[in-house]
Amino acid sequence: MGETFGLLMHGFSIALTPLNLLWGFIGTMLGTFIGVLPGVGPALTVAMLMPLTVKLDPTGALIMFAGIYYGAMYGGSTTTILLNTPGESASIATALEGNMMAKNGRAGPALATCAIGSFVAGTIATILVTLLAPLVVEVALKFGPAEYFALMVFAFTTVAAVIGSSTVRGLTSLFLGLLLGVVGIDSQTGKSRFAFGVPELLDGIDVVVLAVGLFAVGEALYVAAYASRLEEKMEQIKGSLWMSKEDWKRSWPAWLRATAIGFPFGSIPAGGAEIPTFLSYAVEKRLTKYPEEFGHGAIEGVAGPEAANNASVTGALVPLLTLGIPTSATAAVLLSAFQNYGISPGPLLFQMQPDLVWGLLASLYIGNVMLLILNLPLVGMWVKVLSIPQPLLYAGILVFATLGAYSLHQSVVDLITLYVFGLLGFAMRRWDIPVAPAVIGLILGPLAETQARRALAISQGDATVFLTHPISASILALSFLLLVLPLLYRLLRRS
Amino acid sequence: MRKWFTGLLAALALASGSSTAQAQPTIKMMIPANPGGGWDQTGRNLAQALISAKQAVAVQFENRGGAGGTIGLAQFVNAAKGDATAMMIGGMVMVGAIYLENSPVNLSMVTPLARLTGEYEIIVVPSNSPHKTMADLVKAFKANPGSVSWGGGSAGGTDHILAGLIAKANGVEGNKVNYVPFKGGGEAIAAIVGGHVTAGVSGIGEFAEQIKGGRMRALAVSSPTKIDGFPTLKEQGIDVELANWRGVFGAPGISAAERDGLIKNLRAATESASWKETLKKLGWSPIYLAGDPYKKFIDEDTKRVAGIIDSLGIKNTK
Repeated sequence: MGETFGLLMHGFSIALTPLNLLWGFIGTMLGTFIGVLPGVGPALTVAMLMPLTVKLDPTGALIMFAGIYYGAMYGGSTTTILLNTPGESASIATALEGNMMAKNGRAGPALATCAIGSFVAGTIATILVTLLAPLVVEVALKFGPAEYFALMVFAFTTVAAVIGSSTVRGLTSLFLGLLLGVVGIDSQTGKSRFAFGVPELLDGIDVVVLAVGLFAVGEALYVAAYASRLEEKMEQIKGSLWMSKEDWKRSWPAWLRATAIGFPFGSIPAGGAEIPTFLSYAVEKRLTKYPEEFGHGAIEGVAGPEAANNASVTGALVPLLTLGIPTSATAAVLLSAFQNYGISPGPLLFQMQPDLVWGLLASLYIGNVMLLILNLPLVGMWVKVLSIPQPLLYAGILVFATLGAYSLHQSVVDLITLYVFGLLGFAMRRWDIPVAPAVIGLILGPLAETQARRALAISQGDATVFLTHPISASILALSFLLLVLPLLYRLLRRS
Repeated sequence: MRKWFTGLLAALALASGSSTAQAQPTIKMMIPANPGGGWDQTGRNLAQALISAKQAVAVQFENRGGAGGTIGLAQFVNAAKGDATAMMIGGMVMVGAIYLENSPVNLSMVTPLARLTGEYEIIVVPSNSPHKTMADLVKAFKANPGSVSWGGGSAGGTDHILAGLIAKANGVEGNKVNYVPFKGGGEAIAAIVGGHVTAGVSGIGEFAEQIKGGRMRALAVSSPTKIDGFPTLKEQGIDVELANWRGVFGAPGISAAERDGLIKNLRAATESASWKETLKKLGWSPIYLAGDPYKKFIDEDTKRVAGIIDSLGIKNTK
């Protein structure tokens, strides 16, 4: 442990030069501003700006990446909270409460809890990577298709948190998402499903297009149609711009719980960042002392998902650095950045390139600090966006949503899909059907299906694999308990 | 972003000296994949080689990914007609995707210019696997095909086709191959290293670090001769050779003279130091083949790939 600490300090000695700090600063600035554009998530931002860094030495470049990355992620959360246009799948969960907070005039605390929560989660996760990477990876490798399927089943329990007042309506929305999830080439057989001969649909429906369509376009249409009858007023600022003592008290446990959820999910090779954000949302909703605030802007519902996102992204460094396996879009971009410098991450990276590994960990840490220093003062500026008169603001949201959807694949089909989902979102709002379960269905459905079929292919059709693998069986048992216990509890109380 | 690249490459071209008389003004290059993959690397490195060999002043890229490259192909067929400055990257994966999806556009609608590179495949097992040699694996496979799960890339892609060819060479029916497709390299590596599948199939570069690090054992490569000391399939009595080839196509409806001009540009580019450096860095084999022989090769490869996809029983019927 003392040795590890020494190595990390060595990393800092490489990373902390005035010039490198300047690169970090520039990266964070650029990242924040580009991240604010909807549809441009952190991975795309880093990929776009990568050519800028060709002339830098690897450490300088990595520090700039870390800055761009954290900046872009935070910029993405900013538009998610202010405009309800999540630029990437990992910030969809943030939109649920974050945008409600903004509408209640609490955009300031929402943005602040994002920045500070990301910082806290990122810091803890970086320390965990530093100390535990070689250990964690051996556990992570035990996860095969059967275990992943069990995890997906577990993740489906999060739907309960967003299902709303009517179970029938919530499940309708979920199944709509599941249906949309089967559109495109079936990854296990190569056969196309529900594509109706449209080649653009062969790769499936992008969850960002669905989320932006249902959330942002649907809402803009709804406001346009019912503006005169809506009582709801956008309040610019209510109370302090900063987090109150109460906000702090409610945020910090959420940050810590979210880190505990996000880090392990990030470090398993097929984890991703969406599932832990929704899990964290579900956990916060279950544990909160203010359940009535959920759905109307509860700060725990912003603090948790944002921290979980950052922890899982940092956790993704575990398989990247110990095995050379990129498990997230961002890790894949980092991997290609390594390759630009002729370095191939693999099991030997820690031994062969200690300067780079520890330099990278130190850079991520510096990126985190930079973000906090740079962005907290900007909160006041971002909040002013909400003072734009409503008609103009919603017109702007439509423009942003359209640009964002188009920038994903430069495809007109995506634009048509966006507006079809926009109309759908409008209808769902009109008839009070929650939109979040549809998004969860689209994210989890294909993952669960793929893993289940992989597990069954490997076991040659023997469905008991899910119960004979100990890890899978335990996760399934846990999910079962989560679903059944509240029901039992209710029944017992009634009798 | 596209404009930005053009600007950069134009600047590079200026820096490397003025263009010669027969140089192309600007090449428009269609990359039918998202940034980052093999086709993207081929296109961007080829652009650098064209510029450094003074065969182009600038190269303008368009990335149009999706559906195994057939979306980019469709756009190229429609929009680039008769344009003698247009090029498109493509390869074996596209041949498979066209057949698998009954694509309305195919490679006979564009002008084959040159095959540039080949990437050979490697078959691995987890390092704690009981299968020490290819013969061990084949023995288990022949005894009970379903018990051997092969992990690799997308269904119907190069890795799947190699598994099909190995089955065929051993007299096992293609539809008995228990192939488990994974998205991207990372997921497949984790499943192989974690011992969740019996064997893994992929491009050599994808697994190289894992083999060096002792987490995977290489059993065979799909090349005609040994690579890095790994034995070939042929040496081990399996008569299969497969390279994931990548090449360049010109627009539909260009004249023979225009075609030959573009081939000359490509030939010069592939002889540049910049291109040779690329091949070395990425571990690609130079299997250059141009013009009519390349066209003939594509026809043959289309037949071979179609035959294997049929035997694997994965083709979409309409």
